[in-house]
Amino acid sequence: MSSYIAKRLFSGLITIWFIATATFWGMHAVPGDPLMNDKAVSPEIRANLERAYGLDKPVYQQYLLFLRNSVQGDFGISFTQQNRKVNDIIAEHFPVSATLGVLALLFAAAGGILFGALTALFRDRMPDFLIMFLVIIAVSVPSFVFAALGQLGILRLNSAVGASLLPVAGWGTVAHMIVPALVLGLGTMAYLTRLMRSSMLEVADKDYIRTARAKGLTPQRIFFKHQLRNAILPVVTVLGPAIAAITTGGFVVELVFAIPGLGRYFVQAVQQLDYTVIMGTTVFYGAFLVLMVIAVDIVYGFIDPRIQVTKSVS
Amino acid sequence: MNAYTPSAEDFEPLDIAREGDRIDRPSLSYWQDVWRRLKSNRRALISLYIVIFLLLFTLAGPLVWSVDPALQDLEQISQPPNTGRYARVIDRVEPLPPVNTRPIPASTFDASLAPAGLRLLGSANSESVNIAWDAVPGASGYQIYRHELEPRDADDLGLPLVQLLPFEHSYQDRLGLETRRYYYSVTALYEGRESTAYSTLAVDVEQAILLSEARFRGLVQASLPESETLGQQVRLESHPLGTDYLGRDMLARLMWGARTSLFIGICAPLLYVAIGLVYGGLAGYSGGRTDDVMMRFADFVIALPFLLFMILFKIAFGLGPGESGIGPMLLALVLLSWPATARLVRGQVLQIREEAYIAAARLMGATAPYLVFRHILPNVMGVLLVSLTFAIPTAIFIEAFLSFIGMGVVPPTPSWGSMCNDGIRTMLSHPHELLFPALLISVTVLAFNLLGDGLRDAMDARMRSDS
Repeated sequence: MSSYIAKRLFSGLITIWFIATATFWGMHAVPGDPLMNDKAVSPEIRANLERAYGLDKPVYQQYLLFLRNSVQGDFGISFTQQNRKVNDIIAEHFPVSATLGVLALLFAAAGGILFGALTALFRDRMPDFLIMFLVIIAVSVPSFVFAALGQLGILRLNSAVGASLLPVAGWGTVAHMIVPALVLGLGTMAYLTRLMRSSMLEVADKDYIRTARAKGLTPQRIFFKHQLRNAILPVVTVLGPAIAAITTGGFVVELVFAIPGLGRYFVQAVQQLDYTVIMGTTVFYGAFLVLMVIAVDIVYGFIDPRIQVTKSVS
Repeated sequence: MNAYTPSAEDFEPLDIAREGDRIDRPSLSYWQDVWRRLKSNRRALISLYIVIFLLLFTLAGPLVWSVDPALQDLEQISQPPNTGRYARVIDRVEPLPPVNTRPIPASTFDASLAPAGLRLLGSANSESVNIAWDAVPGASGYQIYRHELEPRDADDLGLPLVQLLPFEHSYQDRLGLETRRYYYSVTALYEGRESTAYSTLAVDVEQAILLSEARFRGLVQASLPESETLGQQVRLESHPLGTDYLGRDMLARLMWGARTSLFIGICAPLLYVAIGLVYGGLAGYSGGRTDDVMMRFADFVIALPFLLFMILFKIAFGLGPGESGIGPMLLALVLLSWPATARLVRGQVLQIREEAYIAAARLMGATAPYLVFRHILPNVMGVLLVSLTFAIPTAIFIEAFLSFIGMGVVPPTPSWGSMCNDGIRTMLSHPHELLFPALLISVTVLAFNLLGDGLRDAMDARMRSDS
C-alpha cells in the first residue's frame, strides 16, 4: 500500500511540475509584464523594480529560481498587492474557498444521492420525470444566473419577512454560507443525480438483487442494504475531481456574493499578469487536485474491496 | 486443379413462396433509421425546432429588426419592454425661477415644524423637476429627499438629494429622472439637527425631449416651425424588449449577441471536433509508438489549467483597435479543447480496427483509404455527432463565463454573457436586463442538451442514457 501511495505521489509530482513549467513559459510568452499596469514610472525606478523582482535576469534563470523556491515552499511576493506574500494570500483566502466548497459538496452529494435514489424508486412515474426535468434545467442554466437568482431570492425573503434573515453578500457567519453553497453545489448535484440514477438502475438488474428477492427479504431491506449501498460506489469515484472542481471553480459565486475566496484573487492575478500569484495558485491548485484524486482512489479501495487499487496502476 | 469461376448459371432467383419471406418494407439506411427514431422522440424534435428558430433569430433577425445594437437612446434608459412611448417636446430645461422668501430669524427652533407650502413650480418632466416651499422660522438650512414609494415615517424619506442654505427655498432636481411618481420630502435643519416633521409632495414626472434632440433623431419634421412642435407629444423609438442601462435596444443586442454566442458555440466545437477526429484517427489507426507519443501530447494539453490558458492565449493573440475579441476566444477554445475528442475518436478507432468486418474487408483486398472512409469514419460518426451536440452547450457556457468575468468579447460587441454581466448590476431595479439574455442562454443550452440526448438514443441503443 505505501509503495503504491509513493508511486502515485511521485507521478502526481511530475504532473504538477509539468503544469507549472507550461504555465511559467506560457505566462512569460504573453506580451507585457506585471509592472506595465503601474503608472508610468521613470526608467530608473523600473530598473530597480525589475531588479527587486528578479525580472532583469534571463527567463530561464527566473525559471530555475522559481523551481528552487517552489521546492522550498516559497512562492515569492505579489506584484500587485505590495508586501503580500503569495503564501499569505493562499493561507488567508483558500480556507474560505475550501469551507464554501466542502459545504457545497456536502449539499451536492446528499441531494444527488437522495434524488437519484428517488428517481430509481419511482422509475417512469411522476417524481422521476419531475426530478430529471429539474436536473436538465440545472445543467442548462449558467452558474452566474443561479447566483443572481439566489441573491434575489434572499432579498425577496428578507423583505417578505420584514427582517434580514440571511445576509445578501459577504462572509463570516454560517448564515453567509448557506445560499452561496447551495448555488455552487447545484451543478454537481444535478450531475450526481444522473449518475446515481443510472447506477441504481444498473444495480437493479444484478443477480444478487434477484437472489435477495428470492430469499424473501423485504423490499425496504433490498432497497437500502443491497441496491443503494452498491449504487453509491460510482458516485464516490467522481467525488475527487468534484471536490477540486467545486473548491477551485467557485469564482462566479465568490464574485456575486462578495466572498473573499482564492478564486477571485486567481482571476485578478491572471488579468494583471501577476506572475508570482499566478504561479503560486496554479501549483497549489494542481497539488490539491492531485492529492484529492489519490485520496479518493484509496478511499474507494476501502469501500469496495473487490477493487484492488494497488494493482490497478500499470 | 482448375480455379473455379462462378457463372450466371450457378445462381437462380429465389422464389418467394411463403408470405413471411417477403420484404415489403423499404430498406432503410443507417441515417434514415436514425432520423426515423429521432422523429419519434418528441423532446428531441422540439429541441431541433428551437435550434432552427435560434439560427433564424440570429441570421435573419438583424435584417428584420435593423436597429443598431450600439446606439444609445438616452431618453429611454433601462426601460422595460414597450411598444413605443410618448414624449413632450420642450425647447429648453426650465430654469429654477427665483422664489421670494427670505429666511425668518427666530430665537428658538421648533423641531416639530415642517416646511409649509411645498409645491411644484412649472411642469415636472424628465429633464427637470422644480420644487419650492416656505421658510421655517429659525431654520439654518433644508434637507431634500426623494423617494419612489410613499414615505412611512421620518426615517423612510428615501434618497437624500441635497442640503440647502437658509435662504434657498427652492430646488431643481435633474438627477436620473424617470417617468414615474416621486415623493419629494423637505425637512428643516438647525445647527446640525434635523426637524422630525417633514412635508411630502408627490410629483408625476412626464417624459420630455428637447426640440433639438427630437429634430436630430427625426422624431419631428425639421421643416415645421418651433411653435407647431413645442408642447406636442411625439412617439419615441419603440423597444419591444426594452433597453439596457445605456439605453441600447435589448432586442437588437440579443440578436447580435446571439451571433457572437452561437458563432463561438457552434464554430469552436466544429473546428476542434474536426481536429480531434483527424488527430485521434491518425493516432488510433497508426497505433504503436506514434499513438503513444501523440496521446502523451494530448494528455499534456488536457492537464493545462483551462481558464488560465484560455485567458493567456487570448492575451497572447492580441487585440487590434476596434476588434471584438471573438477571434482570439475562438482560437483559444479550439487550441485547448481538441484533446477530448481526439481521445474519444482514438478509442473508437482502436476498437473498430479489431472488428471482424475490418478483417473481412482487408481479406478482400481493401486499401487503407477505403477502410478509413468506408468503414471506420462512418462508424465513428455517430459518437462524434453526439459529442458535438454536447460540446456546443459547453462552448456557449465558456463564452458566457469569460464575457461575464470581463475577459470575453470587448464592449460594445454584445454577447449573451456580457449582457448578463451588465444585467446583474441592474438586476434589482430592472430585472429584464438580466432575464432575457439568461433565458436565451438557458433555452439554447437546454435545446442542445435534449437534442444530444435524443441523437444518442437514436444512434445506438447501446449508448442509451438510461435503461
